Amino acid sequence: RPLRGQERHACQEKCSIIIRRRILGLRRRNGGKKRGRGGLRERGRKRANFFDEYQLEGVAPDANEICLEVTPENLSRALRTSQNAKCVKIKLTKKHCPCLTLVAELPTLSSVSRVVTHDIPVDVIPRRLWHDFKEPSMPDFDVSIYLPPLKTMKNVVDRMKNLSNFLVMEANLNGEMNLKIETDLVSVTTHFKDLGNPPWGDDGSPGRSQSRDPEVMAHTRVDIRKLQQFLMGQQVNPSKAMCNIVHKRIIHLILLHEDVSLQYFIPAVA
Amino acid sequence: MPLSTQSQTGGDNYVLVASLDNVRNLSNILKAITFKDHAIFNATPNGLKVTVEDSKCLQANAFIQVNLPGVYHQRGLMATALRMCYNGYGYPLTLFLEEGGVVTVCKINTQEPEEPIDFEFCSTNVTNKVILQSESLKEAFSELDMTSEVLQITMSPSQPYFRLSTFGNSGNAHYDYPKDSDMMELFQCTKTQTNRYKMSLLKPSTKALALSCKVSVRTDSRGFLSLQYLVRNDDGQICFVEYYCCPDEEVEEE
Repeated sequence: RPLRGQERHACQEKCSIIIRRRILGLRRRNGGKKRGRGGLRERGRKRANFFDEYQLEGVAPDANEICLEVTPENLSRALRTSQNAKCVKIKLTKKHCPCLTLVAELPTLSSVSRVVTHDIPVDVIPRRLWHDFKEPSMPDFDVSIYLPPLKTMKNVVDRMKNLSNFLVMEANLNGEMNLKIETDLVSVTTHFKDLGNPPWGDDGSPGRSQSRDPEVMAHTRVDIRKLQQFLMGQQVNPSKAMCNIVHKRIIHLILLHEDVSLQYFIPAVA
Repeated sequence: MPLSTQSQTGGDNYVLVASLDNVRNLSNILKAITFKDHAIFNATPNGLKVTVEDSKCLQANAFIQVNLPGVYHQRGLMATALRMCYNGYGYPLTLFLEEGGVVTVCKINTQEPEEPIDFEFCSTNVTNKVILQSESLKEAFSELDMTSEVLQITMSPSQPYFRLSTFGNSGNAHYDYPKDSDMMELFQCTKTQTNRYKMSLLKPSTKALALSCKVSVRTDSRGFLSLQYLVRNDDGQICFVEYYCCPDEEVEEE
């Protein structure tokens, strides 16, 4: 089954691909190198179900990983042409430079398939820089809540963007979420109710959520454009969409779709 | 719409509460007169009047009248309902918008209103008046030569009866509407008048024209122009939008 182009919305900036024994991760960092900056994260879990064949020989036996950097546009373009392929193989090769070679077998009217090959130049990230690409851990959140229908959320956020560059997202353990903007002239608050809160249990939920007053809101103020960017991912049609809020620090958004999770971290602005 | 108003409600101490089943009609009317950043909202027992002015020469008013109670209109599936509340001087205008169970609250800060200009346009002073079906004017307005600085309106009991003229880079253009045309619902012209109005001032009126089914065009002895648009929305409710405009320059009457 061909990899779908979820990395499409990573735009022009470089995207890193981390290939591990169990996980294929695509990750885009927004500008700077520091952890905690906003960024788009994608992760394939349970690669056994996603790929028919998966062979990896990492950098070293104790570091069975490969870390690559690629321009997402190149990858998504190649994937787009393979959308109807019978079969797609992705290999790391060395042509004039290291490449991700995508070989797609496309159906034709005759019995003979047409084979299309794309060589996508990549940069191999040396091991000494891997700490830069370390996956951020799930933050110790104050509130976790299911998101409203992404399409509705997108409509609301798009209209709010006309009025302000910054938005406050707040939510509580009562399934209530508010999106707020405020300027000199106007304040607008959209109220969502009955959203439900994910039942984090022994997964490592922070202890404080048990004793937290369900009415109290955790809130974070963010750049509205970053939220808009995330909401463009609604075309992925997730089976689950949720949000973890660390009060005044970070918004952690998660979309789940079959074997794939898309995670987005948006840091707070003052 | 229907728009219902109350002068006072119990617990909330609002001096104005206005409710609408479907905000789309109000939204369209307001968009039709939004050519400036500020508007004056005037609430009376009869309904809402929204006024926008431009350089003391142009004034647009939208009237959203109160409907009699007891009329129930089925809300469409995707309709957004509106409740508009105002606590009085110094308080923001609060809008409650509801769509599919999601409520959005907007608080718009209010400012000191300027007194709207009184154009002193009264029906007793009207020299010429025509009422046209909007269809006929829509075409003309969409084709108006925008390189012309003015729109000239000629009204006369004799030929050409009702004429719109532009003087642009590509030449002069005239749109004539004979008095016995199908589109002409009323023709009352007492004397020949030709007046010019700044195109930039009148161009925004095209939006109101687009929403309307009928237009009345009146000029008074000073050459002041009154355009009145009858807007009938999907529910069959009627609203009015009117424009007043000062003439640009004196033109010798023929």
